[in-house]
Amino acid sequence: MSRRNLLRGAAVGAGAVTLPALLTACGGGPGGDGKTITLGSNSSDPVPKKAFAEAFDAYAAQSDGRKIKVNTVDHNTFQENINRYLQGKPDDVFMWFAGNRMQFFAEKGLLHDVSDNWQDYKGFSAALKAQSTGADGKQYLTPYYYYPWAVFHRKSLFTERGYQVPKTLDEYVALAKQMQKDKLDPIAFCDKDGWPAMGTFDYINMRTNGYEFHKSLMAGEEAWTDKRVREVFDTWRRLLPYCQQGANGRTWQEAATSLQKRDAGMAVFGLPHPGAQFPKAEQGDLDFFPFPVINPEHGQDAVEAPIDGFLLAKKSKNLKNKKSLESAKDLLKWLATGKAEDIYLKSDPNNIAVNDQADTSNYSAIQKKAVELVSGAKQISQFMDRDSRPDFSSTVMIPAIQKFISSPNDVDGLVNDIERQKKSIFASD
Amino acid sequence: MSFISGRRTGRRGTRRFTRRDLVVLGVLLGIPVLLDIAIVWGPTLASVALSFTSWDGIGDIKWVGTRNYANLFTNYPQFWPAARHNLLWLGFLGLVAAPFGLLLAVLIDRGVRFSRFYQSTLYMPVVLSLAVVGFIAQLIFSRDQGALNAIVGDTRTPTDWLGDPDLNIWMVLLAAAWRHTGYVMILYLAGLKAVDPTLKEAAAIDGASEAQTFFRVVFPTLRPVNVIVGVITVIESLRAFDIVYAVNHGRNGLELLSVLVTDNIIGEASRIGFGSAIAVVLLVVSLGFVATYLIQELRGEKDR
Repeated sequence: MSRRNLLRGAAVGAGAVTLPALLTACGGGPGGDGKTITLGSNSSDPVPKKAFAEAFDAYAAQSDGRKIKVNTVDHNTFQENINRYLQGKPDDVFMWFAGNRMQFFAEKGLLHDVSDNWQDYKGFSAALKAQSTGADGKQYLTPYYYYPWAVFHRKSLFTERGYQVPKTLDEYVALAKQMQKDKLDPIAFCDKDGWPAMGTFDYINMRTNGYEFHKSLMAGEEAWTDKRVREVFDTWRRLLPYCQQGANGRTWQEAATSLQKRDAGMAVFGLPHPGAQFPKAEQGDLDFFPFPVINPEHGQDAVEAPIDGFLLAKKSKNLKNKKSLESAKDLLKWLATGKAEDIYLKSDPNNIAVNDQADTSNYSAIQKKAVELVSGAKQISQFMDRDSRPDFSSTVMIPAIQKFISSPNDVDGLVNDIERQKKSIFASD
Repeated sequence: MSFISGRRTGRRGTRRFTRRDLVVLGVLLGIPVLLDIAIVWGPTLASVALSFTSWDGIGDIKWVGTRNYANLFTNYPQFWPAARHNLLWLGFLGLVAAPFGLLLAVLIDRGVRFSRFYQSTLYMPVVLSLAVVGFIAQLIFSRDQGALNAIVGDTRTPTDWLGDPDLNIWMVLLAAAWRHTGYVMILYLAGLKAVDPTLKEAAAIDGASEAQTFFRVVFPTLRPVNVIVGVITVIESLRAFDIVYAVNHGRNGLELLSVLVTDNIIGEASRIGFGSAIAVVLLVVSLGFVATYLIQELRGEKDR
């Protein structure tokens, strides 16, 4: 026996050992008892985690014997692993976001069509349906709550110092100047995690160029070298001197804390961000105003209000079982009711219900104001990383915005960089 | 030679393995070789192959030739900083942390007071994972709530140790060196203990000064340790990842090749082809060091 034959023999032998194991790992029929539904949760923060637990308990209590097994994963980790998660062994139901970020996975065939559920859903606006619909016209998401982005501040600080809510960009800058004189950081600002500053970009862009431009820019249909994009960065540069310095080293929690501690006067955030950093006793003092007008043509039409919801994972083994699928859809149906949202929001007052049948009478003042803001909006955007492709927003836009924050003067170089990368990424399909 | 001469004398049969020997050999040698192929070579070659494709991990794999590389070198602003940072890492650990570790080892080996205490204190960080070191670094260097700024007491214009892209790499290198120094120190301590004291005595009798004794006599006998320290320093620098990932996901001044690979492949992005191209660059760089090391070693063997 030659050495080559020996090696060949060994290779075949080992292959025979490992191959069946691999095959069984891939196969496997439908499983589960039909009554237990697993649910992948990205709500790792304590407040929403507890609120979700209450909602799921309420569901289990009213269903005959159905149970929900929740697997909670750290929020950012869940986000970063979503691709692999959905292709591997996902839970039956999982939490995710509306808009392009959902459509991306729908297009890849990783989501279960829930259009039949949607025929029975009540209390959802057309805009919600649109954000829950894939490119193929089918629905994939069951929305649960959303939260608007706005400029947050402390009521008491504003009355104490006699600050007026600014309506236009010039008033905003004037107010910021006044705050600087008063030894405050006018605008709390952070981007260590890479995404918080995207909200500011989105707002400046939508106020300057309108929602339609935002949409097509995020879809890769507009050039980032366009003069309209440069204008956004120019406006932003005008605001930067009033923003807290060192944003790239600050997390959103730290920025929200400086707002809470009255070190900073204002901050562009989503409702849950300052909400989570304000102690209960001070939550009544939290207030917001819509991002100021830049171009009167677009006014304050658009509101950035990301929608979170529930989806079914196509690759879930359990859902191949008809009874389990039925159970999972039943859960979604229940979650889509106003009542289910009430239970959640009672413990997490930092979001607002999507269903217009939800009981808003117990809402806090700021929640009521948030409902007003969203319902008065002509267009609702999701967020840069939800309205665009994940590979573009995470690998190109996060570093680009961080670079802009630390060296804001080279806008030409920046937009050229973005545009070149955008072309190669959007052309990769 | 003996094999050939065995052939010549016609004793072929006795030199052959028995069937049982072959089976044992096949299992003992075959399984590790197969594992090596499946776990190391397979993925490596797959990465090289994938680096010429475009794939999002779900749909079809599309052949794109060298486009990923062209994009990487000309079109990806993070790439060159990442490559530079990897080299900086190597330089810093190799030229600052490692010699410092040697210095500490020599001091402790000479038996300064409380040397056991110093030894355990300096070694302590080595038991921490670099990710944990990253979290500790944040507690110290955070701009608003960090300990360092609180001690320095500059509240009006605090230094943004971790957010300033010109500064943060040095802070992270300090944190990484904090650990590496202890590691190197312990290796050199072991090496120094093994140095034959008679050598030092002989040197002293010959009238050599302390410094001469160290550089001419002790240090050369540490050659095996030097090689090990060199190798782990290179490994640490090339695989550096966890600490910058813990601090800010390796962005904004903390880019490293390993982070870029992860960002593109593991993250939400799933640009597997592009990420593989970065991985191949990292592989080529590593192979450069591996080859240099092997050549050095083989040459050393011949000289001896």
